[in-house]
Amino acid sequence: MSRFTDQFMEMLGAAPKKPEKVSEKVQRIMFLKYEDKESFLKAKENAHAGRAASHKWRNIRWATLIATNLLFVVSFYFDIQVLEGALTASRFVGFHLIDLNSALQVLLAHKHVIVNLFIGTATVFVLWLLLGGRTFCSWVCPYHLVAEWAEALHLKLVEKKIVTDHQFLRGARTVFWILFALMALVTGYTVFETMSPTGILSRALIYGPSLALGWVILLLLFEIFWSRRAWCRYVCPIGLTYGVVGSISPLRIVYDVEKCFHEGDCRKVCLVPHILEVTIKGRAAEDKLALGPDCTRCGLCVDTCPTGALRYEVKGLAKLL
Amino acid sequence: MSNAKAKPAMSLEKAQKARRKFLHSVGLTVTFASIPLLGFVPLADSARPLRLRPPGALNEADLLASCIKCGQCVQVCPVQAIVLGDIDDGFGIGVPHIDARAQACDFSCDAVQCILACPTGALVYDKPDFLNIRDGALLAAAPILKAKENDAEPTLNLKERIGVARLARPESCLAVLGQGFKGQTRGPGFPGKMRYMAVDRWTPIPVRDHPYDLELCDLCVRECPVKAAIELRPVKDAEGVERMTPTVLEPCIGCGVCEMVCPTEPAAIVIDPQAVWKA
Repeated sequence: MSRFTDQFMEMLGAAPKKPEKVSEKVQRIMFLKYEDKESFLKAKENAHAGRAASHKWRNIRWATLIATNLLFVVSFYFDIQVLEGALTASRFVGFHLIDLNSALQVLLAHKHVIVNLFIGTATVFVLWLLLGGRTFCSWVCPYHLVAEWAEALHLKLVEKKIVTDHQFLRGARTVFWILFALMALVTGYTVFETMSPTGILSRALIYGPSLALGWVILLLLFEIFWSRRAWCRYVCPIGLTYGVVGSISPLRIVYDVEKCFHEGDCRKVCLVPHILEVTIKGRAAEDKLALGPDCTRCGLCVDTCPTGALRYEVKGLAKLL
Repeated sequence: MSNAKAKPAMSLEKAQKARRKFLHSVGLTVTFASIPLLGFVPLADSARPLRLRPPGALNEADLLASCIKCGQCVQVCPVQAIVLGDIDDGFGIGVPHIDARAQACDFSCDAVQCILACPTGALVYDKPDFLNIRDGALLAAAPILKAKENDAEPTLNLKERIGVARLARPESCLAVLGQGFKGQTRGPGFPGKMRYMAVDRWTPIPVRDHPYDLELCDLCVRECPVKAAIELRPVKDAEGVERMTPTVLEPCIGCGVCEMVCPTEPAAIVIDPQAVWKA
């Protein structure tokens, strides 16, 4: 199977594969890298030199996420009509924007599409196709931000051995996606919206606090005390919907095996560490590899990598310039 | 892929761990897939009063299905009459409704802006053919807005009513009792707003800033935004005495202004949400 299919199946829950054949170029790179221990350590030291731990992308991302959500709030509060509505559906200076998963729920429940719904959905589809699909998750979704804070707390508790991370099968999310679609189709109600923390948080920010926030708090407690980032990793169908869009997006994170010393720091910070298994020694088949569609393009690995082996790339842009 | 390659034998501990992970995952799936189905509970509760939906709303089940829960209708309403359902509304979470007693829809937008704002056709000017119109929901004629009565186009672009007003407590109705009304209806602390043509055609003001002095209370009739939807008629009571009684007529849309401005507590006249006209 092609690498595209493999990565797509990984997103749906399949275990990452070991390459059957490693390119000659990678073999040469690996040979030179590990030729003798002394030069390996020296190269590693050189690569580390002058690279302080950075939060550059995280800070840019948080600022973008907060600004986007605040734009909804101020648009309504001051009636400036820039970004009206909520994350499920809105108008940006008059142009319809409709969240793909919410549109899907309405489509399946109501079984009818009107022109505005189609226009808004198509616009958002193209937008996230260009911007990387699950970029929505880490750069816009308000639940992602609070879940990141809950995650920090969870990791502290793990470190102190107060809690442990209970992992689930990643394929559960694919099952959820199908179940929520079926429920909308069969019941005729947008069942998933009742529990979507993205919709609940977005509306609470814009229209004021709601009882529904209690559910979001329960979710966060589940993630803090039981399972790291459980909602985003194992449940959320929105993430999978945008992941599918991102599978053909030109904006992605690219891994450069030559610069990598296989230390594994990136996998420790990643929301979807299975996409970073290519960074394990011997897993990369090509010298430069784009990460899979499950990647939220959050940039934590770019910030964390001590040797600059991971970076953002827009496919074809380098050639154009 | 190839099943020919035999899997390496797993250690017992590893197999147990994998089994546990699988069972936990099944548990997670069952639990998290069941939780949103609790949204059925408020829908199935027949004791729960129906919601008054914004003008142009599809029939309840269609509305819940087609509404994308974004609140754009909330944002355009000049009197903020529309509020969104919470999680105790079940599948109605994020779906708009009007609490008429707190803030009725007075059509001061003139154009039913909430319908215009709706991106999914959950609120519509004209229902598509495949959607059913309930008997008695259809208005006999395009409603005439009193505020626009002298305009070239005095009607409201609305086909169906959202409810019907009903004199629920004639015993406390000031008109029936032959009493007048003086002062702020709903008192000085009431935040509800309304458009008064005599004050400002374009900007609604708080109801408390518009005190009344009436020989006989006719607030529900006087402030009804729709022409010929309600009038005071002499009606004989049980003892045969003729009393001026608010009488709801066919053009009533169910906007709730009568319920909002009614000075008695609780309101003598109320809206029956989603009710249809019965001749």
